[in-house]
Amino acid sequence: MKLQVRYFASIREALGPGEAVELPAGSTLGALRDALIARGGSHAEVLARGRALRAALNQVMADESALVEEGAEVAFFPPVTGG
Amino acid sequence: MARVAIQTDDFDLGAEVAALRAADGGVGAVASFIGTVRDRNDGSGVSRMELEHYPGMTERAIEAMIDQAMQRFDIRSARVIHRVGPLEVGDQIVMVAVSSAHRGQAFQACEFLMDYLKTQAPFWKKEHTPEGARWVDARSADDAALQRWGIAVGNA
Repeated sequence: MKLQVRYFASIREALGPGEAVELPAGSTLGALRDALIARGGSHAEVLARGRALRAALNQVMADESALVEEGAEVAFFPPVTGG
Repeated sequence: MARVAIQTDDFDLGAEVAALRAADGGVGAVASFIGTVRDRNDGSGVSRMELEHYPGMTERAIEAMIDQAMQRFDIRSARVIHRVGPLEVGDQIVMVAVSSAHRGQAFQACEFLMDYLKTQAPFWKKEHTPEGARWVDARSADDAALQRWGIAVGNA
């Protein structure tokens, strides 16, 4: 299945604003993160396990157990610091 | 009036409060909070900052927070404005204003909305210091502030 991944703040500076990603049906947000880490390079560095990272699924905060569906919009970003 | 505005422009607290009170004779109290750009953070001087957000999600997230505030507290209305883009020291960043019949609920809802926004609304600050530009780190104290309202959060 195809989905759209977006990046913000320090993650965007390293990886760009986003990209289309192909993933097996039934994948979770965590599996998507692992697939991106497996690309190596900047992806492996800024999405690495142990780094503070938050995610949104279809513009709602989500954790890594969330199931991703065809056409979903997923975003990865650092902890938020507004206000 | 829309309850949430994300904008590069500055805002006028007086005009916003007047709008909350207009045509609502039941308002007996308005509580407001304004956050501004400090000239120091984490031991460094800050000359200016840039604020990034997630267009669409940010507005939806804050709308959902206001829905929760309306359920939890006996308030009449709420308005949240958050600026994005380049900001200078002393500039206004964020405003939360809440109207209610009596002061207690307005004070509480205003603090609730700010605590919620700090850890759940997708904004990111990048500050410029003499040592260079850096992304601001999230504070665990902000997570603790939201936990006081019974909401578990793991942002920082």
